[in-house]
Amino acid sequence: MILLNAPGRQTLMKILLWILTGSTIGILIFIIVFIFYHGLPQLTWTFLSANPADMGRSGGIFATIVSTLYLIIIALAFATPLGLGTAIYLTEYTHEGLMTRLIRFGTECLAGIPSIILGLFGFAIFVMAFGWGWSLLSGGLALSVMLLPTIIRTSEESILAVPQEYREVAYSLGVGKWRTITLVVLPSALPGIATGLVLSIARSIGETAVIIFTAGSSLRFPNSIFESGRTMAVHFYILAREGISMPMAYGTAAILVLLILVINMSAYLIMRRFIKKYT
Amino acid sequence: MDKIRIINLTVLYGEQPSLQSINLSIPEKRITGIMGPSNSGKSTLLRILNRLTDLIPTILIRGRVLLDEEDILLPKCDVNSLRARVGMVFAKPIPLPRTIYENLTFGPRIHGVKDKYLLDQRVEESLRAAILWDEVKDRLFESALKLSGGQQQRLCLARTLAMQSEVILLDEPTSGLDPISTAKVEEALRNLKKDYTIILVSNNTKQIARISDKVAFFLLGELIEVGPPEQLFTNPTEKRTEDYVSGRFG
Repeated sequence: MILLNAPGRQTLMKILLWILTGSTIGILIFIIVFIFYHGLPQLTWTFLSANPADMGRSGGIFATIVSTLYLIIIALAFATPLGLGTAIYLTEYTHEGLMTRLIRFGTECLAGIPSIILGLFGFAIFVMAFGWGWSLLSGGLALSVMLLPTIIRTSEESILAVPQEYREVAYSLGVGKWRTITLVVLPSALPGIATGLVLSIARSIGETAVIIFTAGSSLRFPNSIFESGRTMAVHFYILAREGISMPMAYGTAAILVLLILVINMSAYLIMRRFIKKYT
Repeated sequence: MDKIRIINLTVLYGEQPSLQSINLSIPEKRITGIMGPSNSGKSTLLRILNRLTDLIPTILIRGRVLLDEEDILLPKCDVNSLRARVGMVFAKPIPLPRTIYENLTFGPRIHGVKDKYLLDQRVEESLRAAILWDEVKDRLFESALKLSGGQQQRLCLARTLAMQSEVILLDEPTSGLDPISTAKVEEALRNLKKDYTIILVSNNTKQIARISDKVAFFLLGELIEVGPPEQLFTNPTEKRTEDYVSGRFG
């Protein structure tokens, strides 16, 4: 490097950084291509619409798709109001002090708890103590605990990013505090809040540790949230781990990846339209 | 007739008082100009008049502020209806990230005006009064953020007018505007004083001299001199007023 002149160093660094960035993107593309190469051939209408048969060796994955959706809905239904409420309280109803620092420290700690521990907690509380057994409800609640820190953090950040002047304008128009929050602050913070929710959905789809402990892994089609169910990620894990059927495992993985891509992209598009409308 | 009477008002914020024993009356349907260098307490005074000072937790306010002979500093005063009567335009134009129409109807809707015809009427009237109607009448349903800075500030004025308030507080409303936009805002204010009591805070002494009917000069939290503009600008009784209006400091 020392031997090179200044423009030479510039070029070298540029190439180096390009390689580093390229590798990052390359890894992502490799994973996606690898999964799709093995998984896409499995994708047929039957694979999507039929329930698993013979432990998952044949049939499809319809029941696991439904279980996954159930879990996401339950988890978000609990985590969104709790997380958003906490974020609103922290940003709009308190002044910075010991209390807010404590609450924030608490949520950071919650974020640091390994998901398998949360699974154990969910098992002890929801499955055993509350007597709900292995069920989608237990799983969804345990999952919502895992999602809380993300939702609180992203909501808090996007609420704080709303200019203070918007609040002053609303107050100066004689709008009360709560309506200022719901009609002015939250709509402006919505893109950020929604990003947090989308991230949470993606994490829910991929989660296994929490769910195996709490929702179990029954392959039957779930008729209610009090029944056990197996999500796609858990299904994939069991198929691959127990060597039941690698082709079926790859097929499930491909659907998982596709789903996450679609969710991320549609969230991005919706947000862009939303932002365009208001700015 | 005095619309507002400020009696022995002292405001403590932090260590030193930001306003000290202020006595000032604001005549109805006139423009009262409040001038003074920064840190003179003029913005604090304005924010007391619509109780935006409530947002500052450590502030201490003593004295009385009578709006139509009723003390607005008392706890029983409903802040939201007070703010509906005493509107405010800020130094920086701050349209809400919504359409022009929604910006103007936001306040009235909150205060119970639901009728579409009435809302349309208020939108047009307030935009005309703020001399903005001709520029935006074809794009009422576009984002207010697309307007230029000068248009945005007139929109903010119109937003206050749409509330059909009685008093309009303006906190250096033209400090960020070009001369043409400033002239439009001033023209609008001159027309508005037949219906509204206007209080204009400004650093711009020429602007105060141009449009005020009564002028108050503040310095470091004290009211130094108050009177008609002719007196303060040509024959001030206080040396400090003379120094300020002649541009020796400020």
